[in-house]
Amino acid sequence: MNAKTARLAFRASLPVMAGYLVLGAGFGVLLQDRGYGFFWAFLMSLSIYAGSLQYASLDLISGGASLITTALMTLMINARHFFYGLSMLDRYQDAGKGKPYLIFSLTDETYSLMCAPVPEEADPRQFRLLVSVFDHCYWVAGSAIGGLLGPILPFNTKGLDFAMTALFTVIFLEQWLSSKNHVPALIGLGISAVCLAVLGPDRFVIPSMVLFTLTLAALRRRLEVAEDVR
Amino acid sequence: MSGDLHVLLQILVMAAVTALLRFLPFWIFRDGERRSGVITYLGAVLPYAVMGMLVVYCLKNVSLLTAPHGIPEAIALLAVAALHLWRRSTLLSIFGGTAVYMLLVQVVFV
Repeated sequence: MNAKTARLAFRASLPVMAGYLVLGAGFGVLLQDRGYGFFWAFLMSLSIYAGSLQYASLDLISGGASLITTALMTLMINARHFFYGLSMLDRYQDAGKGKPYLIFSLTDETYSLMCAPVPEEADPRQFRLLVSVFDHCYWVAGSAIGGLLGPILPFNTKGLDFAMTALFTVIFLEQWLSSKNHVPALIGLGISAVCLAVLGPDRFVIPSMVLFTLTLAALRRRLEVAEDVR
Repeated sequence: MSGDLHVLLQILVMAAVTALLRFLPFWIFRDGERRSGVITYLGAVLPYAVMGMLVVYCLKNVSLLTAPHGIPEAIALLAVAALHLWRRSTLLSIFGGTAVYMLLVQVVFV
């Protein structure tokens, strides 16, 4: 393992560390509130490793939802991960032995880091694997800490979950600043906003993803001429 | 509250379905097989669109029609953007914006 690569991977993962410790802890606290202590939070964050689903699972678990309902909810909330994989086919093409883990651990936040270019001095395979492992550790650690310390947390955490909104906004901005062609970004933003307004918060994600994927596919000729789209 | 065994099975189901969704595209478009140009192209442009969707996703429960009309979110997002354009430091933008938001929802718009 190359020390320089490890250092660069750690640095790249810092924003996610901030978000994951906070959001993971939030999840641990809430789960503990429902009567399931830190071991459950640890187990779920280790094996499921999907933030929005884990938050949604609080009601599934305390409400004793059936396994079918649980599977359907998981499908609806996490279907977007299918699209993440779709756009990682090439980047993960020769990822070596770590590939199954890279795929398993492809969360929203890790995905956003994988979209950024690998630093020149880093070994790409090791870099991607380490960033993925670090992120997973933050999430698991945050959840367990939340489950352990939830009852004695001394300050009001209302609004702390905005860290994730801020993370995605910053990555969106970074992508915007580093590319000259803003059409894909605007299509994603616009179509999602329209779908949210029309379909409401619980049903807009998959229709938006299908719609903007089709729209982008239809615009392929025009966008490929503009060479800024990598 | 349900029994621990049922919760364990629920966790297993959530983990399995999530993993399935993550592995599926890699199984469908297997390595070595030639992929169509459109899949490669989508791989390149989708990240931009997805990030826009994720921002909207985080704001999906904000109501513009009822108080406080999304004002705390709007101010905090502007703070994130302003901090980021000023310093271009990811950590500063995230922590600064989050602090502004917490202040707004805990103290200003109670």
